[in-house]
Amino acid sequence: MRWYDWREISRGEPIFPARFAYVAPRSIEDAIALLSHYGTDARALAGGQSLIPLMKLRLAGPKYLVDLNRIGGLATIEETDGFLSIGALVREADVEASALLRSRYPAIADTAAVVGDPLVRNLGTIGGNLAHGDPANDHPATMLALGAEVIAQGPRGERVIPVADLFEGFFTTSLKPGEVLTRIRVPRPASGCGSAYLKLERKVGDLATAGVAAFVQLEGDVCRAAGIGLTNVGSLPIKARKAEASLVGKRLDERAFADAADLAAEEADPASDLRGPVDYKRDMVRVLTRRALRRAVERAQA
Amino acid sequence: MASTARAEERLTVHLTVNGQPLEETVDARLLLVHFIRDVLELTGTHVGCDTTSCGACAVLLDGRAVKSCTVFAVQADGRDIVTIEGLEQNGAPHPVQAAFFEKHAMDCGYCTPGMVISGYSLLQRNGDPTEDEIREAISGNLCRCTGYANIVDAIRTAAEHQRNGGTV
Repeated sequence: MRWYDWREISRGEPIFPARFAYVAPRSIEDAIALLSHYGTDARALAGGQSLIPLMKLRLAGPKYLVDLNRIGGLATIEETDGFLSIGALVREADVEASALLRSRYPAIADTAAVVGDPLVRNLGTIGGNLAHGDPANDHPATMLALGAEVIAQGPRGERVIPVADLFEGFFTTSLKPGEVLTRIRVPRPASGCGSAYLKLERKVGDLATAGVAAFVQLEGDVCRAAGIGLTNVGSLPIKARKAEASLVGKRLDERAFADAADLAAEEADPASDLRGPVDYKRDMVRVLTRRALRRAVERAQA
Repeated sequence: MASTARAEERLTVHLTVNGQPLEETVDARLLLVHFIRDVLELTGTHVGCDTTSCGACAVLLDGRAVKSCTVFAVQADGRDIVTIEGLEQNGAPHPVQAAFFEKHAMDCGYCTPGMVISGYSLLQRNGDPTEDEIREAISGNLCRCTGYANIVDAIRTAAEHQRNGGTV
């Protein structure tokens, strides 16, 4: 038997997960009570487009699945004073199509448009993309670049977690058992802001070989603030702080883009795999950083 | 916890499939595609890769095209499912299906149900898609025979029929 012949391994049986118990609470309070009660044996289910494949491959085996999809109020996109607030259950397809996001937070719409494929985006959620803690997921880099925060609701109420503090390890977040990521909060951009996300993928539906999110705030042609986030070039999503700092106070020309791109490539910490060797991935970070900054500046000036 | 439902390994679901209201008791771990194929015996929906890649299992869940190998049947409780069998109108193929026939948009036919569902889903929200938009809409569906050209042509043809007064 060849190790890669899954039909022989599974004797032609379909792939399905280990047994689990399922519940679909109608309120966030009930969801938190259930997740607290079942503890680390439970997983919250949002779009399921990452979790269910892991369960089918038996790489995840929760004994309890708490389906969040029946909870109302978690699928809205609103701009309130000071913040954009995106509900955790907003589907990627709706993020991609949102006129508000396309016009004022284009990097977020760019990101949703390259998650998975159109069928996956009809179920996959922006909150799940962050809470899953996969460094290959696309939204973390964008949220790092935009300085976003998430709201976690748990047995002791709500707390605000900067996205920069959300990722603790490979598939590990600072969300505690019983806590649910309910909303994402992004600072409202001042005038002269632009952002973009670029992903290099071998084919539609693949994880990023590398991805780069860029945010700039311009005053005239001088950079007042910058954000750069990197996808799938480390065991965590990376906030390229040196590259960001190199842009602030500068006139944003090709030279500034190239300097920031070199720093971002240094800050990346990729591993060699089927998507390419380390040097190639660093070089792709360099190229994508330059292009993402260029597009962010174009948008800021439009 | 007092007022909260408990998690169960077997649950009863109520849903509509191709317009038919149904009640079934299923294992929580039963995937929607196996519910459709093995419980309801609607075998037009295919299992291709079983790993969320190929889109042969695409169905409409509350009007949106999704991969039914990556949804649990229990998640469809209270929802409306349309499979490839449900597109047929009064015993005649749906205009998207007819266009696939007219344009020879298949070879082995394994991906066809998913392709038709994705094409149908596109034409519901965009009656005059460009070639790029059609290719984007079917980018979650893999075909290993045709090279996609005839599939794109069929969806464009279905859109034309729709604009010329047919219904899609």
